[in-house]
Amino acid sequence: MNDKQQVATPSSSSASSTAAQHSESEYPLIPPADVYQDGEGITLHLDMPGVSKDRLNIQADRNTLVIEGDVQIATPAGMEALYAEIQTTRYRRSFTLSGELDADKAAANLSNGVLSVSIPLRAELKPRKIEVKVN
Amino acid sequence: MFGNMNALDTLFDELRRIEGGIDQMFGPRGTPAGIRSVARGTFPPTNVGATDNEVHVYLFAPGLDAKGFNISIQQNLLLVSGSRKLPVNEKATYFRQERFDGEFRRVITLPEDIDPERVEAKYRDGVLQIVLRRRETAKPRQIQIN
Repeated sequence: MNDKQQVATPSSSSASSTAAQHSESEYPLIPPADVYQDGEGITLHLDMPGVSKDRLNIQADRNTLVIEGDVQIATPAGMEALYAEIQTTRYRRSFTLSGELDADKAAANLSNGVLSVSIPLRAELKPRKIEVKVN
Repeated sequence: MFGNMNALDTLFDELRRIEGGIDQMFGPRGTPAGIRSVARGTFPPTNVGATDNEVHVYLFAPGLDAKGFNISIQQNLLLVSGSRKLPVNEKATYFRQERFDGEFRRVITLPEDIDPERVEAKYRDGVLQIVLRRRETAKPRQIQIN
């Protein structure tokens, strides 16, 4: 009956989005995060399963850190979602930064769906041990 | 430093709690809850999709090792368990600890026609994908009228 529609949808897309294709919500998922600070700076770990390195976008300026990622999972053609707890294929989370953090030196690493971002303290603000010389 | 953001996050937490309450009353997205279903937010979040020949189960469990999962099938129940131990930085001050830490176990009810002998699993980008095949006999068959 709706052959036309069937033909129109790509049937051999080996890399289409998540299982829940039919109910794409416009609100992004907020990835759960751990945030801690040590002597070096601030470190974040975010759970972003399904995001590969090339689908990740991290932007940091003086005031904000924005983390975005797209979920990409291979699903067979004609798959129907029976049950879906993850109904969005996009993650987004942002954090405000403070002046003592050096966003230019931020480093990120993605491993098995966990994103780690470390933002060092500005060099002049790092706790320093002062050597006392006795002559 | 995190003052304003905390207020906003608390608001979102509250909205999520209300959403959970609505789910409890009406079931997620209006569908009735299964007898073995779990509360929203249980780790790892799980999606199940089906085609005529296969059933695909996706568990969004990042930060694990492929060997860290224990997968078994009992009749039409798929059991996936494991443990995610997050390293704690003893010297650090934690502002947020939202990520799941500890043992997890999910039980997924499968369609009746799954062949437990033909199951494949792979782990990529923090998503465990389990592919289960339906039995040949269960596929629709044309019946001839004599």
